[in-house]
Amino acid sequence: MANLNELYQEILLEHNNRPRNFRKPEDANRQADGYNPLCGDRVTIYLKVEGDVIADVAFQGVGCAISRASASMLTQSVKGQTLSKAGEIFDVFHARITEPGGEADDDDLGDLEALSGVSAFPTRIKCAILPWHTLNAAIENTEAAASSVSVTTE
Amino acid sequence: MSTAFAFGPFDVARIREDFPILKQTINGRPLVYLDNAATSQKPQAVLDALVNYYTTENSNVHRGVHTLSQRATDSYEAARSKARQFINAAKDEEVIFVRGATEGINLVAQTYGRQNIGPGDEIIISAMEHHSNIVPWQILSQEKGARLKIVPVNDDGELLLDEYEKLLNPRTKLVSIVHQSNALGTINPVEQIVELAHRQGVPVLLDGAQAVAHVPVDVTRLGCDFYVFSGHKLYGPTGVGVLYGKAGLLEEMPPYQGGGEMIRSVTFEQTLYNTIPNKFEAGTQNIAGSIGLGAAIDYVAGLGLDNIAAYEKELLDYGTKRLAEIGPLRLIGAARRKGSILSFVMDEVHPHDVGTILDVEGIAVRTGHHCAQPLMERFGVPATVRASLAFYNTKEEIDTLVKGIDRVIEVFGR
Repeated sequence: MANLNELYQEILLEHNNRPRNFRKPEDANRQADGYNPLCGDRVTIYLKVEGDVIADVAFQGVGCAISRASASMLTQSVKGQTLSKAGEIFDVFHARITEPGGEADDDDLGDLEALSGVSAFPTRIKCAILPWHTLNAAIENTEAAASSVSVTTE
Repeated sequence: MSTAFAFGPFDVARIREDFPILKQTINGRPLVYLDNAATSQKPQAVLDALVNYYTTENSNVHRGVHTLSQRATDSYEAARSKARQFINAAKDEEVIFVRGATEGINLVAQTYGRQNIGPGDEIIISAMEHHSNIVPWQILSQEKGARLKIVPVNDDGELLLDEYEKLLNPRTKLVSIVHQSNALGTINPVEQIVELAHRQGVPVLLDGAQAVAHVPVDVTRLGCDFYVFSGHKLYGPTGVGVLYGKAGLLEEMPPYQGGGEMIRSVTFEQTLYNTIPNKFEAGTQNIAGSIGLGAAIDYVAGLGLDNIAAYEKELLDYGTKRLAEIGPLRLIGAARRKGSILSFVMDEVHPHDVGTILDVEGIAVRTGHHCAQPLMERFGVPATVRASLAFYNTKEEIDTLVKGIDRVIEVFGR
C-alpha cells in the first residue's frame, strides 16, 4: 500500500515550507517556464550560466509540495555543476522516481533521495519532474533571458 | 444503522446496494466516492440494460427489416422518449442523442452559430463556465469575427444579473450559460436569464451537465431554446448525452455531420437531409449507451428528483457545517442556491497534496482547476479540492472526509 510517510518525508515538507533559491536573480541569462496543464502548477527556472557552469540557479512559481520541494532540491543539486553534470543528475533522479522499489545505487542524490517515495504514486510523478523539464528547457534557451520559453508536462 | 442513513423517504443504505462499485475498498479503506461532478457511478439497472441490449437486441437501428433491428430501434427510440419526458420537452424529435454536453454545445456552435452569428455579433457566456462552454464559442467567434461577452460573478460565486442585463443588446445573438456550476455548485437563476434574453429576441442555450442529476429540469417551463446534458453524470454510461432544441430552430439549422442516417436521398449531385432528430444523428449512434441512459433516467425518476434534491441539500448543509469548522480550510462558493458541491482550499497545502492524502484514506475527490480556469482566476486560486456529493453519499462519508482532512493537517503540520 502506498505509504504517506514515504511520500511526504520531513525533508520534503521542509523544502516545501522553506524553499531554497526561491527568487528571481537579477543577472540570470537563461530561463524557462514550466506548466502542468492538468493541475495548473507553474514554475520558472532562472539560470546564470558562465561558460558551461551553472553559477546560479533559482525558481519561482506555484505548485504542490512535491513540485515545490523538487524545484528547491533541484537548485541545490545543480548549482555549481556543469551543464552536462546537471543532465546526469536528472537522469539518475528520473530513474529513481519512475522505477518503484529500485535500490539506491552509488549515485547519492542528497536531499533529492527524499523524493523517491513519489515512485509509489504514479499520478504525482509529473509534479516531481516538472521543474527538471523546465531546467532542461532553460539550459537550451540560450536566447536573452527576456524571451522565456515554455514547456509542459504533456 | 439504517436510521442514521434515512432522511424522509430516502433509504440510502438500500440505495447503495444498487451501486456495485461502492462496495469495494481502495488502499484498504472502504471507497468514499466524492467525485460525482466528474462522473457518477452506475446503478445495476444501467449495467443490466447494457448487458441485456448486447445479449438480446444488438443490431443497427432504423436500418433492417429484421426482428432484431426492430427491437433495437424500439429500445433506442424508447430511450429518446424517456429523455424527452425527463426534461419535459414537447416532442421526441427535439431530443438529439450526442456524445455528451460538450458535443451538444459544439453542435449548436457549428450549426446554429455558423448560420446566425457574423462579424461584430456578440455571444454572452459567464465567468463560471466550464471550458466546454467557452472554447466552442471562441472557435466560432474567431472564425466569424464575433465577440464573447462575459457575465461576472460575485464573491459568493453568483452571477451578477444586473451586469448580464446590461450586456444584452441588439448585437447579442446568443446566450450560453451553465445551469449549475461544476466548480462551485452555484445554481443559476436560469428562468430570469432566459426571460431577459427573450425580451430582446435572443435565444438561450443552457449547459445542464451538472444540473440534470440534481434539480428537476423542465425545458418547456424554462423556455430555453437549447439544453444539453451528459449521460454519465446522470448515472448513465459515458459517451452519450442529449441536445434538446426547439423543433423550429432544429429544423432551420444545417446538419452537423454528414453520413448515413442523416439523409433522405443522396445522389452525387445533391443530398436531401432527413428530418429531425435524424438529421443530426449521422452514422451509427451509441445505441447501447442511449438505452443505458434511458435506464438511468428510469432509475433517477424512480427515486424522484425532488427527493434527491432534498436529501442532497441535507448532505450539503451538513458538509458545509463540518468543513467550516476546520480552521485552515476555506470554502469557495457560497451561493444561496447551490448544488451539492464542496469546493475548498487549505492554507499552506496545495489541493493536489490534499487529494493524494485523501486517496490513501480511500476518499476520491477532484483536485485542480475543474476545467474552469477563468473562474479559478476570479477567486485567485490556481486550483481547489472539490468534494461533489450524490444521493448515495452519507453523512458518515462526510465524517470520513473530515477525518481525512485532519490527516492532511497532521501530515503537513509535522
